[in-house]
Amino acid sequence: MNYFSYIKSGFKLKYYINYIAVAVALAVTASLYYAGGMKASTANLLMQIGYSVILAVSLNIVVGFLGELSLGHAGFMCVGAYIGCYVATLIQPFVASKLLLLLIGMVVGGLAAAACGFLIGIPVLKLKGDYLAITTLAFGEIVRNIFMNLDCFGGALGLKTNKIKYGNSEFIVCFVVLFVILVITQNIVRSKHGRAITAIRDNEIAAHSMGVNVTFYKLFAFVLSAFSGIAGVLYGFATTPIRYTAFSYNYSIEILVMVVLGGMGSINGSIISATLLTVINFNLTTKLSGDLAALKYLIYAIILIVMVIFNNAPALKSVRDRFSLSALVSKIAPKKWHSNANVKDDEAKWSRIPTKVRMDEILSTDVKPDESFTPDKPEKGDK
Amino acid sequence: MSTLIDGLSLGAIYALIALGYTMVYGIAKMLNFAHGDIIMVGAYALITTFDLFGNFAVAFVVSIVVCALLGIVIEKIAYKPLRGASPLAVLITAIGVSYLLQSIAQLVYGSKARPSPFPSMGALKIQGVTIQISSVITLVAATAIMIALTVFIKTTRLGRAMFAVSEDRSAAQLMGVNVNMIISVTFAIGSVLAAFASLFYMLQIPLVDPTLGSMPGIKAFTAAVIGGIGSIPGAMVGGLFLGIVEKLVQSIPGVGPYTTAIEFAILILILMFRPTGLLGKKRREKV
Repeated sequence: MNYFSYIKSGFKLKYYINYIAVAVALAVTASLYYAGGMKASTANLLMQIGYSVILAVSLNIVVGFLGELSLGHAGFMCVGAYIGCYVATLIQPFVASKLLLLLIGMVVGGLAAAACGFLIGIPVLKLKGDYLAITTLAFGEIVRNIFMNLDCFGGALGLKTNKIKYGNSEFIVCFVVLFVILVITQNIVRSKHGRAITAIRDNEIAAHSMGVNVTFYKLFAFVLSAFSGIAGVLYGFATTPIRYTAFSYNYSIEILVMVVLGGMGSINGSIISATLLTVINFNLTTKLSGDLAALKYLIYAIILIVMVIFNNAPALKSVRDRFSLSALVSKIAPKKWHSNANVKDDEAKWSRIPTKVRMDEILSTDVKPDESFTPDKPEKGDK
Repeated sequence: MSTLIDGLSLGAIYALIALGYTMVYGIAKMLNFAHGDIIMVGAYALITTFDLFGNFAVAFVVSIVVCALLGIVIEKIAYKPLRGASPLAVLITAIGVSYLLQSIAQLVYGSKARPSPFPSMGALKIQGVTIQISSVITLVAATAIMIALTVFIKTTRLGRAMFAVSEDRSAAQLMGVNVNMIISVTFAIGSVLAAFASLFYMLQIPLVDPTLGSMPGIKAFTAAVIGGIGSIPGAMVGGLFLGIVEKLVQSIPGVGPYTTAIEFAILILILMFRPTGLLGKKRREKV
């Protein structure tokens, strides 16, 4: 089989369905917008969906694929928003095109956030689990605290972005960026780099002993995930002023809820759940006022608890195999959609993070000899 | 001098909360994110029963019972099914529980801060330095609780079983320790400590709102880590240290607004260079 026929036979709808979905969404919404049939609030909602999906997909790299909990994702967004928009405001008199300004802002903001991702990645190399989660939380709070007090960023009043406001059509840029990020993320996750990252998640020691460069890949995952600072820039071009309160710990949890609801380690799941939750959130905030706003967090809390217990409790494994969504899909969908005949890609199993296997448990288990394997068969033939 | 005393009294509250964290972390090996919110529930229980009966002692007992029950229920419903699952899952559930408590409190009591019904206890003046009586009580109580816990773990049968579970859960189980019961008891004790913390918190900062527990909770975890998580005297030392640092940094002009950043930077540095904290034991990872 030559290379091209391999590609052809390896083409599966399910690997490209998210590209198609985003492209269709982009085409439909953009044509609606230019036909003039779109309210400003709808454009705003689409915009929110766009950057929420970017955030959820990028957080999924760390939580779902690397298997470490990051509670400071809003911190990266904060860095991106402040730095990107600050630079954009500075150069605004010299750049005529708003689009170019937005692009420059995104590059600067994304790089600044990625640099922070690198910084936070250094403690990550030494820590894991609870300590790492607390470190990322601490990072988010440090970032917020610093931006809150720096006068050049507007201090507690926030950074004014009136001059660089992009307008309603920003959601189109947002969707294009989302598409690009999706292609990049998905390709990395499915490459050998992605497999190295999931190997670290499943068993760091084993991965290390198989020659995976754990240091490099952990940093890599964090930096990649931190690029979501771009979402902050997109947010900043639509909202004025940028206030530090928007990037609180609560927002980090909101992104985490999107990832958990969609399934840790499932990019498509993140896209769907981020869209869904943003739409719900958008409608709830207009309807619920005052103390009823807490209902939103009540729903989030229940989603977190129920989803995680359902997906991870050892006692519920048999229930899960029968009633989970992926089991349902594999029953209903035609087999060629989900069989992995040519491409070795264990995506179906990524929706669950397996319990980390401890080496001492493996070593202490009695290994039964495989009866189908008989090494002394030739000797029998001799007799 | 007065900064130091403020720091000590704030540190005593952190120490009390950190004791709860350290107990649960040491024995159940999980970061109970909801601990700060149990404090909040304790505070609401305290003021609600005080409004009903007008008796401080009754209110305090009710608050302790509510917290202990809440701790056990949370453990049974949210954490127990996940024993043996990945630590990531447990951590996410703990965050979920924390949010659940916060949002329920907000739905029931509203997000507006309520003033505490307890009168101020007055202040002492020693050589020109004002000392709040409540700070002295907090400090004394925190020390007493720390000593009581240490004695409890070292001498009683239950305490030694807890120690055994924290050292090696499966070995303890083989020796006939009822691990489930021990973990429930641990959560109950941790939550009782939270009830104490809520009382002393309200004596010093007489406002109650649904997010009361989250920030002190995270800072107290920092304190527990600084002192060495799992170590009871460590929690005390870490709490006092963090309280003093917080008040000292706040008092420096120009640096004051960055207190939170500095505290968390200390946390990150300690985690990086001395993850076992000041008084923690070093554990080698076995392969």
